[in-house]
Amino acid sequence: MSIAFQIVVCAGIVPDPLQTLEPVATETGPSLKNEMLLPAVLDPWASHALYEAANLARNQAGSKVWLVSLGQKAKLQQVLMTVAQKVPFELVALDGPASGFSESAEVAAVLAEAIRAIPGLDKSKLLVFGGWESASRGAGATMQMVGERLGIVNQFQGVDELKVAADGSLEILERIEGGKYQVSKCTGAPVVLGWATGNLPEPKNNPQIGMVNMRTVMPALQKAKPVELAGEGLSFASVTLPKQLRETKIVKDKSPDDIAKEIVEWIRK
Amino acid sequence: MNKQPQAERQRMEADIVCVGFGPATAGFLATLSTQLLNSDGTPVVESAVTPGLPPQVLCYERADDIGFGVSGVVTKARALRATFPDLDRAQIPMATPVDEEKVLYLLDPHGASRRSTTLCLADTFLRAFRWMLPFEQHALKLPWTPPFLHKHGGMVLSLGQFMQWVGTQVQSAGTVQIWPGTPASQVLIEKDTVVGIRLLDQGVDKGGNPSGGFTPGMDIHAALTVVGDGPVGSIGQQLDAHFDVPARHQKRDWAVGMKFVVDLPEGSPLKPGTVLHTFGYPEPEIFGFLYVHPDRVASLGIFVPSWFDSPVRTAYRYLQHWMLHPYLWRYLQGGKLRSWGAKTLSESGRRGEPHLVGNGFARIGEGSGSTNVLTGSGVDEAWATGAQLAEAVFELLQAKKPFSKQNLEDTYVRRRRASWVEREGRVAEKSRDGFQRGVVRGLIGMALAGMTNGQLTLGGEPVQPWKRIPSFENYYRDRTAPGEIVRLRDECETKGVPLHSVLMDRVGWPAIPFDGQLLVSHQDALLLGGKVQAPGGYADHVFFLHPELCQECGTKICIELCSGQAITPGENGVPNFDREKCVHCGACLWNCSQANPENPECMNVAFRAGTGGLHSAEN
Repeated sequence: MSIAFQIVVCAGIVPDPLQTLEPVATETGPSLKNEMLLPAVLDPWASHALYEAANLARNQAGSKVWLVSLGQKAKLQQVLMTVAQKVPFELVALDGPASGFSESAEVAAVLAEAIRAIPGLDKSKLLVFGGWESASRGAGATMQMVGERLGIVNQFQGVDELKVAADGSLEILERIEGGKYQVSKCTGAPVVLGWATGNLPEPKNNPQIGMVNMRTVMPALQKAKPVELAGEGLSFASVTLPKQLRETKIVKDKSPDDIAKEIVEWIRK
Repeated sequence: MNKQPQAERQRMEADIVCVGFGPATAGFLATLSTQLLNSDGTPVVESAVTPGLPPQVLCYERADDIGFGVSGVVTKARALRATFPDLDRAQIPMATPVDEEKVLYLLDPHGASRRSTTLCLADTFLRAFRWMLPFEQHALKLPWTPPFLHKHGGMVLSLGQFMQWVGTQVQSAGTVQIWPGTPASQVLIEKDTVVGIRLLDQGVDKGGNPSGGFTPGMDIHAALTVVGDGPVGSIGQQLDAHFDVPARHQKRDWAVGMKFVVDLPEGSPLKPGTVLHTFGYPEPEIFGFLYVHPDRVASLGIFVPSWFDSPVRTAYRYLQHWMLHPYLWRYLQGGKLRSWGAKTLSESGRRGEPHLVGNGFARIGEGSGSTNVLTGSGVDEAWATGAQLAEAVFELLQAKKPFSKQNLEDTYVRRRRASWVEREGRVAEKSRDGFQRGVVRGLIGMALAGMTNGQLTLGGEPVQPWKRIPSFENYYRDRTAPGEIVRLRDECETKGVPLHSVLMDRVGWPAIPFDGQLLVSHQDALLLGGKVQAPGGYADHVFFLHPELCQECGTKICIELCSGQAITPGENGVPNFDREKCVHCGACLWNCSQANPENPECMNVAFRAGTGGLHSAEN
């Protein structure tokens, strides 16, 4: 018999990874230069979690996916017009900063509170998904703290695969140190899964899914709860980007070996 | 031939479907979206496909986000203010009021450009008498500019940022939806009535053949299809092919605009709201612009027109030479590239107006011939046409009348014909004809038309763009031996690179002193400035219709002009197209020296619906 899960995906927004980022100091702490001008996307790690959640919900009859997203409302709305075409979900929007410079514990508290407030949530069916880290900051701590606040002790990070047995028990493939995997089993929900890349491709755009999602997305955005993150006790000694040396060359008449040699010589320089 | 798998093509019903989210569609949606609901949330008019709800209004945009792929602008903003009377500029990043406008004639400091005898004499005169003229750094500031060129009282905008802002405003009403990353590939026509659009197939190979995860593009059926897909949009092209264009109308004048958004150096004396327009350099036919935004940011670039009779229409290299002109470089040196992009502009204006309406469809914006080619204004006009259509549509919805050709004529076209867009468009219609026979004649013609309300113009019937492209051998006959051109062409083809750069070096253009900040390679402009990419699983959108014509073509201006270096020399003389580098400027559509045998108004390059492109929202 299929288990009907309640899958809550925590997914923030980050600047489109193609953008050029430059940290700057502001009165309220570090920030990204022109962050409000930059286009945003759903955090790539959390996107994998969302696609896995939708896939699981499709295969487990009666399951449902919620997307809990903290971000500046206008940006969130824009990002969702792309995301909402891909998989079905119900949105829980939180209007607040999505900066990589936010305190993970504060973000976790806000997300946990929002999850708790979802009407009809049954903890015995609850799977909390998220990225094992964020493209804006790879602290890898937020999902663990969300789980802790929800009282969920079964937590897995760096997840690439989740299998559900007929009895509702879960088998989880996790990335561990040394490029190896670990297979874990637990009796079932509730669990927290911090996803790595998973195995699914990005779903195709589907206008019908978009139309269905929009019935909840726009109302959710309109009643998005404003969130303030105080950032108390948080300070950054310095914020810098790795130094880049850039040199572009178009090569069409060289063998891969020659190209590799040239790159090695360039790196050595 | 590949066999099409039996995948089911889905169908969805809407009341109104819009193609392309540019300024025109934004004007349409901004005007319509606020009228569809009463203050208590009940619909003012009901949807025909979902009774009890307001009309289902969907908009599909090709680019991956709603602010991508558009250009910086200086505008009088008359139509924008009519829609948003309380418009607060502070809400729109990079917006600022126009403060100072200058028009500059740039002389050539290197002697590399091709100037007519008239211009050479004028240059000699200006240099000789520069002490008594507003002349500095090889540039003459025109002491007077005609009023029709002024944008005083208007705004400098980043159209990308503006579109993001408008998108938020429009969708917050909850009555319309804008879906980016979703190109419309085909217009659906039944018995000369447009019944909707087909979205692009996903999960196909380069040639459009089904491959892994094939998902046929959905058919969106709607009572009204609003076409605002710009000057090179696929749906607009198909409508022109099906319904033809009105008699004596043609789309023969084009330009490609290429721009940088630049962080100006510390201590820059350029004030926000400064607007510079230039002509004369790097070639007399190339016009330039520089608009200053707040916070030491500038949008700057050039326009390369289809009447520039050269096989070397490389916008990118010419843009670098333009930036390096002494008058401009003193402001730009030490600056840093933030964003880069390119776009085709329809320069035919009202003469290029297609059938504005038909059963089930209406056309708005640049692709509908709204651009004013005299004042160089397009955004305001495009917005106005969208707003006019929205008023017409609301009138028809309230009256429960169908979107027939006649009803749309009586409402939308009537409004448009009675508006300032039409009045000023008629003044501008023939104002640029003089450029068909030279720059000086063109400038005089513009001044005449502008100052006589279009009563006087200097003639010069536009010809098909393919007729205006000389061979390299002919263009460089006074400067390079034909045998040398053949040798250089062979070398470049072997390397897979365009020919223009070596030829420009050969005739005296100085090397670009790359600084890795502002003067960067074309490839780096794509990556750093445009952040160009294309998602997998979609077909190529640029095709060479008759490869045998490419094999015969000696010019291959498509390669030289390509804004993204996406078209390169290929095997057997047929160019390669790399979808992942295309910025969708559409310039290849009109930069081809080979006429399409089926339709001499078109050329041998097909530019269809496609995904990807620019990923910068600052243009």
